[in-house]
Amino acid sequence: MAGFNKVVKSYQEAMAGLEDGMTVIAGGFGLCGIPEGLIAQIKRLQTTNLTFVSNNCGVDDFGLGILLKDKQIKKMISSYVGENAEFERQYLAGELEVELTPQGTLAEKMRAGGAGIPAFYTATGYGTPVAEGKEVKQFNGRQYILEESITGDFAIVRAWKADTMGNLIFRDTAMNFNPMAATAGKITVVEVEQILEPGELNPTEIHTPGIYVDRIIQASFEKRIERLTLAKQ
Amino acid sequence: MSLSRDQIAQRVAQELRDGYYVNLGIGIPTLVASYVPDDIQVMLQSENGLLGMGPYPTKENVDADMINAGKETVTAITGASIFSSAESFAMIRGGHVDLTVLGAFEVDQNGSIASYMIPGKLVKGMGGAMDLVAGAQNIIVTMTHADKRGNSKLLESCSLPLTGVNCINKVVTDLAVMSIKDGAFHLEERAPGVSVQEIIEKTAGKLLIPDQVPEMEL
Repeated sequence: MAGFNKVVKSYQEAMAGLEDGMTVIAGGFGLCGIPEGLIAQIKRLQTTNLTFVSNNCGVDDFGLGILLKDKQIKKMISSYVGENAEFERQYLAGELEVELTPQGTLAEKMRAGGAGIPAFYTATGYGTPVAEGKEVKQFNGRQYILEESITGDFAIVRAWKADTMGNLIFRDTAMNFNPMAATAGKITVVEVEQILEPGELNPTEIHTPGIYVDRIIQASFEKRIERLTLAKQ
Repeated sequence: MSLSRDQIAQRVAQELRDGYYVNLGIGIPTLVASYVPDDIQVMLQSENGLLGMGPYPTKENVDADMINAGKETVTAITGASIFSSAESFAMIRGGHVDLTVLGAFEVDQNGSIASYMIPGKLVKGMGGAMDLVAGAQNIIVTMTHADKRGNSKLLESCSLPLTGVNCINKVVTDLAVMSIKDGAFHLEERAPGVSVQEIIEKTAGKLLIPDQVPEMEL
């Protein structure tokens, strides 16, 4: 009986079942809080035609950027993708589809997807290119557009601490999109810095309850910094 | 003399009030943080999920897990909170942030803003700008009054794809402070040494000018 023990021992096990053409929701903002090892495993698997839902697409040699080189990504749903030369090349050559989505709408699409809400109205994007083809409705004298939620075949997430039952705590701003991503995958895989026994996390302090989590793997992270900025001495 | 980037930031900082929660965009708006008056307290919101953003860290305190919306390493001040991006945009969209300051390519006399996309150039994305302009009650745009060729960025109607419609209240440029209401720019202040005539020449949209236009005090 495995019970609620969700710990897997290898990256093969962690990403087992990922197939060509699937949609993957990824936590992270820039290079902060990204599931580095799970992305590396997707590269090893050489799965192709993937759709990624992620705020950004990494840089050329780190984060989701490493999946661009071998053309594993067919489509990106993101709010900002300007940090990556190979991305630019593939996009301009028409090899990569991009669906630009406002950052707050993207976060809410994941949250709603995980919460069983198929669509929601938001004022964000009304009257802009984002609103094209979307239903508009007025509430209290203001115009809103209808945005559909997102779910994925997989969600890949990074957390700081987990217990073996999949309860998660995130660290600092590495939280970002990770809690919503965790709720929106049919299979949610979490890479963590520290795996603890049940009871070692205070139930009051858990950010993501284990019910959303299917697999946990212990990892060590490079945690690359995208823009090192220091106080003037 | 037109204002420097820092002087624009300094002027915007005069709009801050004690107890404000403020979101500062990338570029000139970021500089506003350096000019918060000593006798007030504000909390800076960073839309990746931090309320109470502090200064850049020392070399010893750098932490890859602590960044701002510009992906720069930062610190958190006493009383800060950290939360998910969904929570962050709930407070933005819900109108809980008191003041948003952001840059733009163009603003028009109806308060519409274009700031993320120039057709024919690579589109990098809007990030959180569309959510910020849709959610905030009080938005100040910082920008140069005209582009490098002298073309006005304060227009009758934006020519570039919009970030938001009818949402900007105030513009602080290198030449002037203007409010936007009732389909017109209202000149409120001019940069020291800048003539009203120059502002008229560089404003393409409808411009209303009071009898007296004071110089900014910096």
